[in-house]
Amino acid sequence: MFAAGDTPTGRHVLIDGKIPPAVYRDNPSCNPIALITQHTNFLSDLSVREFLRVHAGIRCPDPSQVERLVHESVEFANQLTGEPIIMDNTMTELSGGQTRAMLIADATIICNTPIVLLDEVENAGIHRTRALELLRKHRKIFIFVTHDPRIALLSDYRLVLEGGCITKVLTITDEEKLCAVTVTRWDDMYTALREKIRLGRTLNLSDVEGLA
Amino acid sequence: MKLVICAGPATTGKTSVLRHVTKKLLAAGESVAFLKIDVQYADEDELFAREFGIPTRKCYSGELCPDHCSVMVLGDALRWAEHQACGILLVETAGLCLRCAPYADGGLGIAVLEATSGMNLPLKVGPILSLADIAVVTKIDLVSQAEREVFRARIQAAAPEVRVREVNALYGIGVDPLVEMIRNTPEVPALLQLRGNPPVGTCTICVGKKEIGWEKHFGVVRPLENDLFYRGE
Repeated sequence: MFAAGDTPTGRHVLIDGKIPPAVYRDNPSCNPIALITQHTNFLSDLSVREFLRVHAGIRCPDPSQVERLVHESVEFANQLTGEPIIMDNTMTELSGGQTRAMLIADATIICNTPIVLLDEVENAGIHRTRALELLRKHRKIFIFVTHDPRIALLSDYRLVLEGGCITKVLTITDEEKLCAVTVTRWDDMYTALREKIRLGRTLNLSDVEGLA
Repeated sequence: MKLVICAGPATTGKTSVLRHVTKKLLAAGESVAFLKIDVQYADEDELFAREFGIPTRKCYSGELCPDHCSVMVLGDALRWAEHQACGILLVETAGLCLRCAPYADGGLGIAVLEATSGMNLPLKVGPILSLADIAVVTKIDLVSQAEREVFRARIQAAAPEVRVREVNALYGIGVDPLVEMIRNTPEVPALLQLRGNPPVGTCTICVGKKEIGWEKHFGVVRPLENDLFYRGE
């Protein structure tokens, strides 16, 4: 993420016009950006508890906080998944949704970096709305890579990418804020439909009336 | 002459790392020779010769332990590289039995590990990791950032003195510090010595006795229940 002329494009990333400290690139646990990739499975063969303990141990300088961070992370993740994560499961056993929920919780609670970069969080199979609500409580810079209008319209700024670079920086307009209210309502109805189907219920015409 | 020995389990990406390193060393004006040591098959010498037009060789260890083979041939290889007017000899070894490490004092030792392997791998690879100067972690694009951080912590728990460097060996992202380390490596001393201790070598299976069961063997033997002991005169 801190390219220094060593990537295929040869570009440099500067912070406030300056070359970032080497430690940002040399030690991933000092990286001020937590990146949530599109991985839907872990390859780590440790238990959830052990994995989070090791990770909290490197990210948090105070060892007395490790157990608290581990519990908070799993609690956070479990608000986003249908099926709760069990501490003694191995990381490899987690489902796609559980994996993404765990990654988001880990980045927010354990990494606790000033910047969180989320790559297509909408594909995660998690409670997206709940995720956005929870993330809002943590005062950080969230950068979403997204195709989802709801997520895009919740943001203060939108960066438009074209040909490998940023071509536009848009600030949300007042009119868009009004659009967001309707988009949010549609999206909530869609989420309710999804939940109803997940629970094995039958749909009625009244369930889709508001969407028409 | 500077000596670089690169070791690590099979298919971790040693060749990919060295390709990017070679490209950058040549761009910096260095002259590089490449030697591949393997047990029975290797074509990396042809790959490096074709891609970079540098002097390359391979050596099959065959009946010899590949680690011991590298001890045998390294003196000749350094003279060969010198004769080719090269300033740096890169040696890529096979994935070995993990009892000893091929690094030499006075040369740079690089261990290549993949981020996709189990979290206990750093404990399993022994001296290949703990005697290296730097551990290079490949395949980082296949795991989450959290796993990269935890894998690094596991390496540092197993080998606290070893520097760790994550690289993307597909695109060569992150190899620059490795190239710097190679360029800053001192010239090899006149008397080169293996960095670690070789394993116990008095075993009658090594000399060709095929019977199964420790009772059929002499020298250093071991039953399932006990530790090693000496049997014989």
